[in-house]
Amino acid sequence: MGFQTIKFYQTGTYTVGNRLLLPDQRSVQAGESRSNSINSGHRACQGCGEALGARYAIDAAMAESDNRLIAVNATGCLEVFSTPYPESSWQVPWIHSVFGNAPAVATGIAAAMKVKGKKDVRVVAQGGDGGTTDIGFGCLSGMFERNDDVLYICYDNEAYMNTGVQRSSATPPAARTATTMPVGPEPGNPFGQGKNLPEIAMAHGIPYVATATVADLRDLEYKVKKAMKMHGARYIHLFVPCPLGWGTASSDTIRIARLAKESGLFPVFEAEHGEITGVLKIRRKVGVEEYLMPQKRFAHLFGSHSHPEMVIRIQEIADRNIRKYGLLDEEAA
Amino acid sequence: MLKQIEGSKAVAEAVSLCRPEVICAYPISPQTHIVEALGEMVKSGRLAPCEYINVESEFAAMSVSIGASAAGARAYTATASQGLLFMTEAVYNASGLGLPIVMTVANRAIGAPINIWNDHSDSLSQRDSGWMQLFAENNQEAVDLHIQAFRLAEELSMPIMVCMDGYILTHAFERVDIPVQEQVDAYLPSFEPRQVLDPSEPISIGAMVGPEAFMEVKYLAHAKQLQAIERIPQLASEFRNIFGRDSGGLVRTYRADDAETMVVAMGSVIGTIKDTVDEMRDEGHRIGVLTIVSYRPFPLEQVRGALLHCRRFLVLEKSLAVGMGGILATDVRMAVTGAGLKGYTAIAGLGGRPIFKSQLHQLFRQAEKDELPPVTFLDLDRDAVNRQLERERQTRRSGPVAENMLHDKGIVSAKFG
Ligand SMILES: Cc1ncc(C[n+]2csc(CCOP(=O)(O)OP(=O)(O)O)c2C)c(N)n1
Ligand code: SF4
Ligand SMILES: [Mg+2]
Repeated sequence: MGFQTIKFYQTGTYTVGNRLLLPDQRSVQAGESRSNSINSGHRACQGCGEALGARYAIDAAMAESDNRLIAVNATGCLEVFSTPYPESSWQVPWIHSVFGNAPAVATGIAAAMKVKGKKDVRVVAQGGDGGTTDIGFGCLSGMFERNDDVLYICYDNEAYMNTGVQRSSATPPAARTATTMPVGPEPGNPFGQGKNLPEIAMAHGIPYVATATVADLRDLEYKVKKAMKMHGARYIHLFVPCPLGWGTASSDTIRIARLAKESGLFPVFEAEHGEITGVLKIRRKVGVEEYLMPQKRFAHLFGSHSHPEMVIRIQEIADRNIRKYGLLDEEAA
Repeated sequence: MLKQIEGSKAVAEAVSLCRPEVICAYPISPQTHIVEALGEMVKSGRLAPCEYINVESEFAAMSVSIGASAAGARAYTATASQGLLFMTEAVYNASGLGLPIVMTVANRAIGAPINIWNDHSDSLSQRDSGWMQLFAENNQEAVDLHIQAFRLAEELSMPIMVCMDGYILTHAFERVDIPVQEQVDAYLPSFEPRQVLDPSEPISIGAMVGPEAFMEVKYLAHAKQLQAIERIPQLASEFRNIFGRDSGGLVRTYRADDAETMVVAMGSVIGTIKDTVDEMRDEGHRIGVLTIVSYRPFPLEQVRGALLHCRRFLVLEKSLAVGMGGILATDVRMAVTGAGLKGYTAIAGLGGRPIFKSQLHQLFRQAEKDELPPVTFLDLDRDAVNRQLERERQTRRSGPVAENMLHDKGIVSAKFG
């Protein structure tokens, strides 16, 4: 396969231009009937990837479910910034219970809808990486294993942001967090730890697993819509840069997300019933430095006390991903 | 319909008659037979429509119940002991959100040391969780309380634990009158939620509340329980009209007229206490019983009313406030503040230690003569405790406590015959 279907992209952004598409192919956000599920006025930081990702994901799920959607939220930034009492950004029925139980609460709602014969009402659960890969992991695996009719979206900003940027099992090697400080001979988060939740989700054999980033919001919309067309347990792992926790410019959120994908550090793919069915190829391969350098959480790898050996190890991770998921076209490889 | 039936099965029948829509099941003794029986009913289609969910933990059991209840379904689960503690965060959440979930607690001790037998430590540890707690004296009452619990929970939009003694009730076969569906339907209307997740009318449930309103939200839970103090006797009397028997209520007295000594307790031990009191009455002792059915809300006035005429009371409880004494006793003392009564506490039956009539005879007689210390530990082997304390004085690495105790006690059957 030496070629890809041609898409039209806006210059520099790789975002497909709406004006060049047929109306039914346009972004949900471009439509007048978008639901604004998470209304403006919430308290997210400027440039918050999580706020952006959630808005696109939930609006797409709303569009696909004919606005018959119930959303569950684990404790975390999204929950806190969207519902400071007595205000709520949510235009969909929404419930927050505790930190580690969003998948189970969603199971309960799905069961209630089933027993009441409300087949049209769909359920989305969402949580941060901490809520998903750590404290909510048991409930998530249970929900997957029972194949409950829930779409779970993990907003992965690679740390516990709401409590002030502590390490989670989704924090990458070398990253500075408040609990993995850049001190000692191996500064930042240790290598060789953490878990690959999309693959763990796939191992449950559930109908649909996908990864996405806020750099390609059309791809995110496509995956959410596709997931919403299916039933059973579905999982989307969304990469959402956090300017506050990562020490990046608010205006750089999308660029950083794109570099994560283009470096191979964050593979973007989809899988059905445990088998990978599609991979978003790297369009312009970049070295990991290009991704790491603009982020203060990796600042200790560069400059006067640099750690080139750690950068090499991170590059090895990217290269392994590229090989494993086939992220490069044969031509480009 | 009269049946000779296991307590757990009887409760499962009662729950099924209440038409639950979502049931979460997770195994833990001595609760397991209840959810097993319900599972069979759902699977066979006898209980429909109902979703039966085999969850991966008690934390999930309560969380799934929260989701189901918030989406307008009548939700039920059951647990005990470690399971109740494992779900604690969600237990508080359910009441904080005002979701009328009904849960059976088959009361069991809490480890370490791990112990599967009955006492009241588990549900009493959730005393302040905002859940109501009703204690059954026997399996008939366990059945009846479940039916009343769904009604009360849904009226007030607050969750309820129906507490029944593990093994002593859950595994006992006794005669139980299982109501018919028409009776239950006449008593328990379908669930009309106060708040419901519905795409036609979107609301946000569970938003963060700061200092400006948190006190008020918490007070509301308290106000609801105060309302329950009014409603529980009314619901018991409505129950009598339809089902033809007395069950539930806030408190019950037994042979209390002219009693100088009142024994206060909860749960199945009331049976043994009543038998002892009967025998003592035959011998002319002026002794009576106060049964507390509603532990939360705690009916302060009714307890005070039932005790004011006596000279002394003895609270016999299967729970221990470590470092203090009695848990139930503290509440009872609060109820009779300033009344000038002598009050005694007996901690008994922890971890399933049997409570014999002979022990109660002795205990009650000592109480009558005001010869009891403020807190008594019934059947406590002080020698065993002292041996361990001595060991700890002599050796730094004195070893695991429970193992030492078991070693000292020898083979268990040697003690119980
Ligand atoms: C049981 C429990 N433990 C800890 C917390 C504190 N807590 C609240 S939000 C949060 C961090 C959330 O991190 P993540 O899930 O990654 O979401 P983010 O804020 O990064 O979007 C933590 C640790 C809690 N609320 N409940
Ligand atoms: S801390 Fe990060 S995740 Fe939280 S609101 Fe700010 S940018 Fe978003
Ligand atoms: Mg996070």
